[in-house]
Amino acid sequence: MLSGIAKLGRVGGVLALLAIIYGTMCILDFSYATRWSNVKEVLNQQGFFAVLTLGVGILILSGGIDLSIGSVVGLSGVLFVVLMKNGLPPFQAAAAVLGVGAGIGLLHGMLVTRLRLQAFLVTLCGLFVYRGVARVLWTSPDRPGVRGTLEAHPEFADELGQLSEWLTGYAISGKFGYPMMVVVALVLAVLIGLILHGSVYGRYWYAIGRNEQAARYAGINTNRQRVWTYVLCSTLAALGGILTFLSEGSITPESTGNTWELYAITGAVLGGCTLRGGEGTVPGMLLGAAVLPLLKNLINRVGNMPDVRAVIPSIDPVIPIIIGLTLLLGTMADEVLRRRR
Amino acid sequence: MIALDNVDARLERGEVLAVVGENGAGKSTLMKIFAGVYTLDSGSMLIDGRVVRFNGVADALREGISLIHQELNLAENLSVAANIFLGHERRGLLGWMHRGHMAAEAGALMHRVGLDEALVDTPVEQLAPGQKQLVEIARALSLNARVIIMDEPTSSLTQGETDRLYQVIDSLRDAGVGIVYISHRLAEVKRVADRVTVLRDGHNAGELDKADINHDALIRLMVGRDLKQVYPRKHTVAERGTLFQMENVRYEGGPADGISFTVGAGEVVGMAGLVGAGRTELAEAVFGIRRVTGGTITLAGKPVRARRPAQAMRAGVVMVPEDRRLHGLILDESIAFNLSLPNLDTLSLLRFVRRSREQALGRDMVSWLHIKTPSLAKPVGLLSGGNQQKVVLGKWLARGPKLLILDEPTRGVDVGARGEIYSIIDQLAASGVGIWMISSDMEEVLGMSDRIVVLHEGQLAGQLQRDEFSEERVMQLATGGHR
Repeated sequence: MLSGIAKLGRVGGVLALLAIIYGTMCILDFSYATRWSNVKEVLNQQGFFAVLTLGVGILILSGGIDLSIGSVVGLSGVLFVVLMKNGLPPFQAAAAVLGVGAGIGLLHGMLVTRLRLQAFLVTLCGLFVYRGVARVLWTSPDRPGVRGTLEAHPEFADELGQLSEWLTGYAISGKFGYPMMVVVALVLAVLIGLILHGSVYGRYWYAIGRNEQAARYAGINTNRQRVWTYVLCSTLAALGGILTFLSEGSITPESTGNTWELYAITGAVLGGCTLRGGEGTVPGMLLGAAVLPLLKNLINRVGNMPDVRAVIPSIDPVIPIIIGLTLLLGTMADEVLRRRR
Repeated sequence: MIALDNVDARLERGEVLAVVGENGAGKSTLMKIFAGVYTLDSGSMLIDGRVVRFNGVADALREGISLIHQELNLAENLSVAANIFLGHERRGLLGWMHRGHMAAEAGALMHRVGLDEALVDTPVEQLAPGQKQLVEIARALSLNARVIIMDEPTSSLTQGETDRLYQVIDSLRDAGVGIVYISHRLAEVKRVADRVTVLRDGHNAGELDKADINHDALIRLMVGRDLKQVYPRKHTVAERGTLFQMENVRYEGGPADGISFTVGAGEVVGMAGLVGAGRTELAEAVFGIRRVTGGTITLAGKPVRARRPAQAMRAGVVMVPEDRRLHGLILDESIAFNLSLPNLDTLSLLRFVRRSREQALGRDMVSWLHIKTPSLAKPVGLLSGGNQQKVVLGKWLARGPKLLILDEPTRGVDVGARGEIYSIIDQLAASGVGIWMISSDMEEVLGMSDRIVVLHEGQLAGQLQRDEFSEERVMQLATGGHR
C-alpha cells in the first residue's frame, strides 16, 4: 500500500494529508466543517498562500530561495496605499506596486547572479530592509486602510471596489462574497503550470535546480533564467500585499506579512519542492499551500471546544508547534517513500 | 580494475626517491597506500625491517609518514602556527592550548624549512604558494615525519620558490629524512632525485640511479607497449579545407603567450599532454566557459567569440566535457530530457516543447548510437558509463555541429562502448565534421588521430603528422623535452 502511495508521488501524499486533516474536522464538527461561511474563509486563505507559494516554489525548484517574501507583502501593501493617497488611481497604483515587486526581484536576481552573493543572505537582508522601508513610508499613527484612502479620494471607490471584489471577494463594505483569491490562485497556477510543465523555460529551471553547471554547459543562460525566477517570486509577493490590503481592509506596516515567507516555503516543500532543487510541480504547490490554512482552521476549532478551553486557554501558541511537526512528518514520510520508489 | 599490480618500492634513510609515470600509471595510488589513505589488498609494507599495516592515515602518521597533496591541505583562515599544529596541538587540561610553546616550536620548524619566522601568526591565505608549501613541510616535521611524500610539489610554484624547495629538500635529506618526490617534470627529477622508480600501467617499469637519470631514458621506461586496441579509421580524407583556426589565442588563467592550431574539415586532431597542460582550459575558452582575452578564432571562415556556451553552439561548436557526471548530464533526469536540453529551440513551437519531437529525437539517437536502455524515461544516472557518454554525444550531434570537441571521450567507458564511440567519430569525420579530441589515453590518441597536437604547460609543444606518430615522440613533447 505504501508503494502505491509512493507511485502517486508527492501530489498523492499531500492530497492524503489534506484528506486526513479535513476528515478529522468533519469527525469533530461536521456542520462546522461543511458550513459555507467557514469553508469560503479557508478557501480564500488557501488561495492567498497559494499565490505566494507558486512564486517561491518556482524559485526553490530552480535552486534559489527568498526569505523576504513577508516583508515584500507588507511593503507592497503600504506602497499601494501611499500611492493612492498621493492621487494615483487604484488600477495604476496596483500596476505600479507589481512593478516595484518585479524590481525587487530583479535586484535579488542581480545580486545573486552577478555579484555571486548567497541568496539566503541577500533576501534575509531584504527581509529587514523592506520592513523598515514600509515603516518609514507610513508616518501617520493610524494604520493605512481602505477607509482612510477613500476619505482622501472618494473618487477611487469604484475602481477600488472592483479590484477588491474581483481579486479577493470582499466588497468595500466588508461583505464577503465568493472566495476569489482561490480563483486568482488557480488562474496563476494554470499560467505558471503551462510555463513550468510545457515550455522550454520550465525545462531550464528544472535543469538549473538539479545541476547548474551542467545546465550552463548545455548552453542555458543560467543567470538570466535565475533572475526571472526571482522576479516572479517577488512580483507574486507584491500581489500578495495588494490582496492582503483589499481582503483585510488595512495593513499594519510593522507586522503585516511577518513569517509569511515561512508559510510559503513550507507550502512549497510540502508540495514537493525539496530545498535541494530540481523537484516540484504546480499541482503539488497548490496542494501544499492548502495544508497550513486548513490545519490552522482545524486547530482553532479544536481550541474553541469547551473541554480544550478548560485546559489550554488559548490555542494560539500551539499552532506553530503543530505546523512544525506537520512539516517534519511530511518530510520524513517523503524520504521513506522516496526510497521505496 | 587493478590500479597496482605487484609493485615494489624502496626508500632509504636520507634519500630522495622520485616516482615517475604517465597519467594513470599508479603513482597516486601507490602514495596513498604509503600514507594510509588506501589499504593494500596484497603484499606487505616494512618500516625499518618491521612489517606494518595501516588502517588509516593516523597509523601512517604515527610511523612518521606524511603526505603533502598536490592541492595543499591547509586551513586558509588560520595562522601558520595553527596549521602546523592542527590536530595535534600542545594541550593541557580541558583542551587549553599552550600557545606560547607552539609559537616557539613553530618558529624553530619554520627556521628549519626556510620560512621567515615573523610569519608565524599570519593567516595562511596571505602567503604565496611557495610559502604554503613550506608550511606543509613544517607541519610534516612537527609530526616527526621520517618520510615525506610530495605530490607534484612545484605545480604552482615560481622558479625562485622551486629553487628554495630544492634547498629545503637537500637539507631534509641530509638530516636523514626520506623523501618521495612525485613529478612529471623530468628536469626537476634530475636535479633533486637520488634514485627514480618508473611506473607504467600499475607495474614497475624500471629504476634509475642518479648518474643514469636523463630525459630519454625516463621516457623509454615510462612508455613502451604495443597498441592492442583496433581503431576504426577507415575514412581518411586526403584533401581538407581548414575548418577551424585559432591564432594566438589567450584565455583567462592561461599562459601569457597565445596558442595557435587548426582543425581541418573531416580531420581528427588528437590533443595530447599531461594533466595540467591546459587542454581542457583551452577547449573551455573556445566553448565560452572561459573568457578569451586575445587572439582570433574562426570557424568555417566566420569569427567565433563566444562569451557563453550558447554563442559557441550557435556558431557550430559543441563540447563533450571531461567530467560527464558534473558537466555533461543532469543525472536525475531522463534520457529524453538530457538529449533535448541543448536542442529545445528546435524541438519547441512558440517556446512550448513538442513532446512528439522530443520522443522522436530520443528514439533516433538511441538507435543510431546504440544506447542500451529499455526506455527513454530512464534517469541517465542509472546508465553505464558508456551509455551515459553516448547520451552526451547524442545531445550534441542532434545540432549537426561543425566542430566537435571531445574531452577524454572514453574515460570510464567499457571496451564495447569504446569501439562504438570510435566508429561514430569516424563516421562524423567522414561527413566533414572537424574533431578536436583531447585525450590522455595514448593508444586512443595514436589510433584515432589524423594529426596530433601536444600541449605542454599551456603552450603548443609540437605537432606530429601521421608518419611521425610514436608514443615516445608524444611523451617527449608532453614533458617538455626537445623536439
